[in-house]
Formats: sequence, structure tokens, C-alpha cells
Amino acid sequence: MSSPVDLTLAGAAAALRDGQLSARELLEATLDRAVLTEAELHAYLTIDHQGARAAAAAADEAIARGDHTGPLHGIPVAVKDNMVTAGLETTAGSQILAGYVPPYDATAVAALRSAGAVIVGKSNLDEFAMGSSTENSGYGPSANPWDTGRVPGGSSGGSAAAVAAGSAQVALGSDTGGSIRQPASLCGLVGMKPTYGLVSRYGLIAFASSLDQIGPIARTVEDAVTTLEVIAGHDPLDATSYRGAYPDYRSSLGRGVDGVRIGVVSELAGEGIHPDVLSAFRSAVDALADTGAIISEVSLPSMEYALSAYYLIAPAECSANLARFDGVRYGLRVDGATVEEMTARTRAEGFGPEVARRVLLGTYALSAGYYEAFYGQAQKVRTLVIQDFTRAYAHVDVLVSPTSPMTAFEFGSRTADPLSMYLVDVCTIPSNLAGGPGISVPIDLDTSNLPIGFQVMAPPLGEETLFRVAAEVERVTAWNDRRPPLVEARS
Amino acid sequence: MAIDIDIAYVARLARIELSDEELEHYGAQLEGILEHAALVQQLPTQGVEPTSHPLPMVNSFRPDEVTPPLDRETALSQAPQADGGHFRVPPTLEEE
Repeated sequence: MSSPVDLTLAGAAAALRDGQLSARELLEATLDRAVLTEAELHAYLTIDHQGARAAAAAADEAIARGDHTGPLHGIPVAVKDNMVTAGLETTAGSQILAGYVPPYDATAVAALRSAGAVIVGKSNLDEFAMGSSTENSGYGPSANPWDTGRVPGGSSGGSAAAVAAGSAQVALGSDTGGSIRQPASLCGLVGMKPTYGLVSRYGLIAFASSLDQIGPIARTVEDAVTTLEVIAGHDPLDATSYRGAYPDYRSSLGRGVDGVRIGVVSELAGEGIHPDVLSAFRSAVDALADTGAIISEVSLPSMEYALSAYYLIAPAECSANLARFDGVRYGLRVDGATVEEMTARTRAEGFGPEVARRVLLGTYALSAGYYEAFYGQAQKVRTLVIQDFTRAYAHVDVLVSPTSPMTAFEFGSRTADPLSMYLVDVCTIPSNLAGGPGISVPIDLDTSNLPIGFQVMAPPLGEETLFRVAAEVERVTAWNDRRPPLVEARS
Repeated sequence: MAIDIDIAYVARLARIELSDEELEHYGAQLEGILEHAALVQQLPTQGVEPTSHPLPMVNSFRPDEVTPPLDRETALSQAPQADGGHFRVPPTLEEE
């Protein structure tokens, strides 16, 4: 490897700690990589050259003083543009927030800064995190470094494209229905959605508050653990923040899976899954069995209904959350004779089609006369999904499935019919409804040389077992930090 | 289940000004999505409690400590229109 940006986070952190590499050198190499790749990838909406250079200089000075603040010290990180950053434009991928400069940092962003991380910039996303391809970004899509004619997944597609390309060592994403795990899967990376409440949502521009969770996108399971340990923790500014103990996740790594009970979710590992994905998934399961895991097939009958419940609950919550974009306090305003006219024109102009569609859908599902039949019924189905998981976890420690039914798809192939895009999230949505953690680990390439992801799910607060199994998936499938052709060609 | 949506009414509730063509376009799409979403009505849910939040959490308290709020100038700095320390908006009431 010719550039330090192609080191894993663990490798770069060791080089920084031992003085073989400075934070400034690593940042300049990262910015150089962005120069080579951004025209094709558009992973970033904003690159903060000045702020990043100041942070890297400060990181070097601290190291020179002997003040090393841990494994993220001096590491270039991309932050999804739906997390607010003080003094740095934050748009959530929406034209309605063009030019918005937040006065404060999200708690997860503040945690990165305290750990000495260098924030390179703000990564692209589907507008307000609504989508699975970045094609709904109000600023144009990002591309997949494995094949620039294909999507990187979404909604955290810019974060995934940056980490895969080397224009960031790790990234923060947010996951409401799979928006961390699916782009990680499509870009050959590790993406992890923590248990709901483990990472503060303060400063995350809300999409669906009972489902949203911030998490890491990284090149290895260990790098994801390192990042999670920095951003997880109780935050009094988020009323849903978890108050209990936050264990040392790192000790889960390298323990193998001897005797661990792994359930394959029948409903997510058969019909509707691409044959290449299914065959790689089955091989990985066999490899886990060979190293001592106890494998069983588990049926979760409510899975069939989870997607439908999600596409009522998430739009309902989004229609309430996005009411704040009214042309009064921040962002776009289109003039009108009355407040109502001004607001309705502002929102028509500022929201892209998918966001408008979901706000309308959610408004309908919450409206008088339809509330019980749609939103109320979806909330009951959510209970059934949770009960299915609880029953399953009485017999197995983790559940597994492919992360995405398909590998990276071509631009425009799913945009005509919104439902065909929604189906992309069928394997990832259940963990958001149930609140437990989920992780995607790259396992193989399909016949078109596109990455395939393996999903591990665990009960709420089951991160230790989740990481233990994920690390073993990584080891037995020998993915070995494979890099995309774009990086091979450009470095 | 056949879905019938008064899309103009929904758009008004959602405060999104749409043209007639857009109303027709979104109305048709919503009907398609809702036909799929109506699957949730096929599951028997008698006696099932609704879930509004994934984890059991009740009454999250924090110490009642005074912390400095955003100062007025900062809070107004992103407003499309501000005047005399306030957000400025078009008339909220019609004149007689």
C-alpha cells in the first residue's frame, strides 16, 4: 500500500502513537485521496480543509506533549451530514437547509473531537436519511468505489464511499432502517447499528426518533469497536439515552464462537435474496459451524409484516419531526402572503420528492379516521416483531441473515417505483423496530466483483456477543480488508 | 383493501403546496405504497399492546441545573428574516 490512508484505523493509530506518522501527514494523504476520487464518488458534501488542518495540527502538538488521547487521536473521520457540526455547514442532504451553519456540535461529534479525531468533512446522504442509494440527496448522488456506475447504498452512502475509497479512515452514519449496514454491505465495509439509546441522538437531525441510531462505518470489526467506544455513553441531553453500564467491547474480539448459538432467520435467507448473496451467506454460516458455533434455522413469522409496519411508523414520525422546517428559524424561506402560504411554499420548494412523499404518507397515516387502521396497527405489529425476536433469543445468542438482498445496483434502476427501493431494506428494518444491535461484515464478492455483506443481530445491549460473532465472521471468511478497484487504480 | 386518499386535504395538513399534476402523481404513489402497508391489517392483533418505543424506559430525569442557553444573536443567526431580536414572519391573522 502506497498511502497511509489505506491502513486500517488500528494500523494508523499505532503508527501515530509510535511517531512513524503524523496526524498532518495522514490528513494530507486523506485530502490527496479525496482529490483523486471525489470527482467520481462525490462522497462529501463539504470538506473542511481549514478545520481539519487545525485539528490535525492540534493532534500532533498534543502527541508531542505526550498527551495521547486514545485510538482515534489524529484519525481522519467523515461525519454524515445529518449530524450538526458547530460552524460547519450541515444540510442533511436537503435543499431546505442549504447554507445552514449550526451553532453547536452533536454529542457524537463532540465525542469525536474530545478523542482527538480529525473531522475531514460532511458526507453525502439521501435527503434527511430517507433512501437506500443516495439518489435522493438534494445535492446529487454518491457513487460506489467498487463500480462507479452503481450506488454506494444509503442513506449513509457518502460515509461508506469515503471509508472504502480512503478519503476517511472511519465514518459516522445513522441507521433508521438499515442506513449504516446496507451501504457498508454494498461498499465492502463493516457497518454497525448499536442498541437504540447507546449513542446519543442529540444533534442528529431527526428522521424517525424511535428508530434512529448513530453508529460507525469502518474497514474492520475492531475499527468499528474502537469508534463505538468513543461515541457510546449516557447523555443527559437525550432523554432516550441509555443509563446503565457500557462494557468494554474490545474484550469480545478474538474469542471465537465455540458453543455460541447462531440462528439463521429463515424468512430472510431464502426467497427474494440474490443467489450469489445467498450462497456466500451459506458458506459463511458453514465456516462458523466448522469453528464450533451451534447453528439452527429460526422462523420469525412477523418478518413479512415488518417492512409494512416500518413504512407506516417511519413516515409518521418523519412527518412530525419535519414539521420544524417551516421557513421561520433556519433554512429556506419562500415568500407568501400568510404564514401558512409561506410555509407550504417553502416546504414544496425545499423538500425533494421522496421526503415530500414520506411526509404525505405519514400525515395520512396519522390523520383522523386512518390513525387506528394504519399507524396504530403498525405499532401493534411492532410489538409482534419484538415478541418474535424475544422468543428466538430464548434459544439462540444471535440471529444472522444477509445484510442486503442484493449487491450494489445501477443508478436509476430502482427510482421509478418507490416500493422497489423500500424492499432493499427488508433484512435490516427488523432490528430498528426491535431496538437491538445489528452489524454488517463483508464476506465475499459476487460474480460482478461487488461486495456481499453478512448481518449479525443481537438482543438489546447484546453488543459483546454481536462483536464476538462478527469478528469471527471476518476471520473465517478471510475478507482481509480487500479494497475497491477505484483505490487500486488511483493509488 | 382499496385505498382512497383525499390527497389535497393531506397536502394541506402537511403544509406542502402542490400543483394538480403533483397531487395526482403523489396520490397514485401513496395508494400503491399503502396497499402494501395495509398488510399490517392482516395480522390478528387483538389484545396486543402498541409499541411506541423499542426499549422499556419511563421518566428519564436529569438534575435541574441551570445552564446557559444559546444567546439571542446566535439563535437568530440562521433565520431567513429577523427583526428587533425576533423571528419575522408574514401576517398570521387575516385583516378584517
